[in-house]
Amino acid sequence: MNIYVLMKRTFDTEEKIVIEDGRIDEEGAEFIINPYDEYAIEEAIQLRDEHGGEITVVTIGGEDAEKQLRTALAMGADKSVLINVEDDVEESDQFTTVKILEAFFEDKEYDMILAGNVAIDQASGQIGPRLAESLDIPCVTTITNLEVDGDKAKIERDVEGDVEKIEVSTPVLVTCQQGLNEPRYPSLPGIMKAKKKPLEELELDDLDLDEDDVEPKTKTIDVFLPPEKEAGKILEGEIDDQVNELVGLLRNEAKVI
Amino acid sequence: MSTITKARPSHAKQEHHEHGGATMNLNFTEEQEMMRKMVRDFAKNEVAPAVERMETEDRFPREVVDKMAELGLMGIPIPEQYGGAGMDFTSYIIAINELAKESAALGVILSVHTSVGTNPILYFGTEEQKQKYVTKLASGQYLGAFALTEPSAGSDAGSLKTRAKKQGDHYVLNGSKVFITNGGEADTYIVFARTSASKGSKGVSAFIVEKDKKGLTIGKKEKKMGLNGSNTVELTFDQCEVPEENLLGEEGEGFKIAMANLDVGRIGIAAQALGIAEAALEHATEYAKERNQFGKPILQHQGIAFKLADMATQVEAAKLLTYQAANLRAQGQPCGKQASMAKMYASKIAMTSAIEAVQVFGGYGYTKDYPVERLFRDAKVTEIYEGTNEIQHKVISKHLLRD
Repeated sequence: MNIYVLMKRTFDTEEKIVIEDGRIDEEGAEFIINPYDEYAIEEAIQLRDEHGGEITVVTIGGEDAEKQLRTALAMGADKSVLINVEDDVEESDQFTTVKILEAFFEDKEYDMILAGNVAIDQASGQIGPRLAESLDIPCVTTITNLEVDGDKAKIERDVEGDVEKIEVSTPVLVTCQQGLNEPRYPSLPGIMKAKKKPLEELELDDLDLDEDDVEPKTKTIDVFLPPEKEAGKILEGEIDDQVNELVGLLRNEAKVI
Repeated sequence: MSTITKARPSHAKQEHHEHGGATMNLNFTEEQEMMRKMVRDFAKNEVAPAVERMETEDRFPREVVDKMAELGLMGIPIPEQYGGAGMDFTSYIIAINELAKESAALGVILSVHTSVGTNPILYFGTEEQKQKYVTKLASGQYLGAFALTEPSAGSDAGSLKTRAKKQGDHYVLNGSKVFITNGGEADTYIVFARTSASKGSKGVSAFIVEKDKKGLTIGKKEKKMGLNGSNTVELTFDQCEVPEENLLGEEGEGFKIAMANLDVGRIGIAAQALGIAEAALEHATEYAKERNQFGKPILQHQGIAFKLADMATQVEAAKLLTYQAANLRAQGQPCGKQASMAKMYASKIAMTSAIEAVQVFGGYGYTKDYPVERLFRDAKVTEIYEGTNEIQHKVISKHLLRD
């Protein structure tokens, strides 16, 4: 099986986020593999171990993303590709990403492409479905179970808490949801092997693209942190009065009823 | 809305960066950084949830140790040919450091298992002994322990009384050992016993004793102040027969074997103490930012602020000493003095940081609802075991005299 995983390097949203000049300050931020992409990597490893084949993890970013690719290799992926756009792309959006990936996959053979359901930084959830559309292959999002049998895949997906069962032919692109699996920790032997595994670096030129081809279709106007959480309010007085006041507040202030 | 950004003081970036701890480049390799992150995640996700049970039931965390074995953590610096991960010594120290941040008990379980439970066989064992024991210890199939201390032979280890008498193709051991970490859970013990009548450190030999040998009894399990979950037991040898092929090194080499791994053991305990100190600092800082008194966070009151500034400086110094000693050791350089300094200083800082962290938490710090109470109890032993800090003073001053 030829398996590809789309991976994104994101900042750790559990750490403190600092915004400077309308951008996330990368200086002090911790960077990780997007957690949903970890499900994709884990699922790819399980598929490979069961059916044989090879896993290639692909990311778009800068030199720094090498670290996350090495971690994916340490978990068990076989090969990795860094499409380095550091020098070529200043502004990007989902169009940019899909355009680059489309060019990358043009001459590739694949049975399965796995991606995270969303990235925790921008959470657009667009890359998987849009890429599948560009490659003209089926796409199943938010999957929670995957079984491959020959050129068919039986998939369970999360639909607002319910489960939908789908059968689809390969090649297929799936996006992975929490609950699909438990991503493994990179083991020490895995970490030692990761350095020797291939990490290919490509630039836009190598994909016959230039900056204009990938110019974003959207523009980010502003980036800001959510408002600080305000202290709660404790109502006082007779219980009946408190209930009345609470209903009033929910209706007029919080506007939830 | 963009005023949120603009209103930030211009030095906010710098502050955050410094708090991130990346102030000095200790030149960790990519593998070491990746391993640190893995062990940190592992400690947060797998170790931290086990701590409560370890505390309340004083139960050995077998399931956590098994998971560590799966990840290769039970044989970090052991060569791959003997079932280890084949990583360098500094990587091993990083693992103890990160584990100890969540559980000092797991830090010492790993340290004893590797530094003194496995290394002596790796360094002094025959090929057969390495194949038979190191492979199982490094893969985590076996847990290792080390039995040197006796009721009347602590710092003066040369005065040990346990005897080993050669009879035919085996040795017969008689005597008792105390404060044996991992005891009762371990599969192999490196045991030191006297094989000749000569006094002092001469005439001591080392043996690999398997747990189920007849005549070996696991005695009383100590009820300790801290390190709950880490076993500390007495061992009694009563006509315990050990096959002659389990003699480690030559007869009379026991003391040399015990001393050869002291540096390694001390750096391990320095890393454990550093983990405790770092945890104390982290908890105290977080709490001091959130706890308001007199209308502002207590971290903005000078009494607490200066306390934390001192703690942060001392923790940084302990970190540098610990990793300096580890790097020397990793490069095969002499590191006796640096190992003693690291162990002595890091353990002292673990204790003072834990004391101050409890103080910062005030009344809450005295309750078991917050982790600083445990850190306070766990820290003390780091000043005692693996060579008391008084012995470390002696070692360091000997170097001053000699160098």
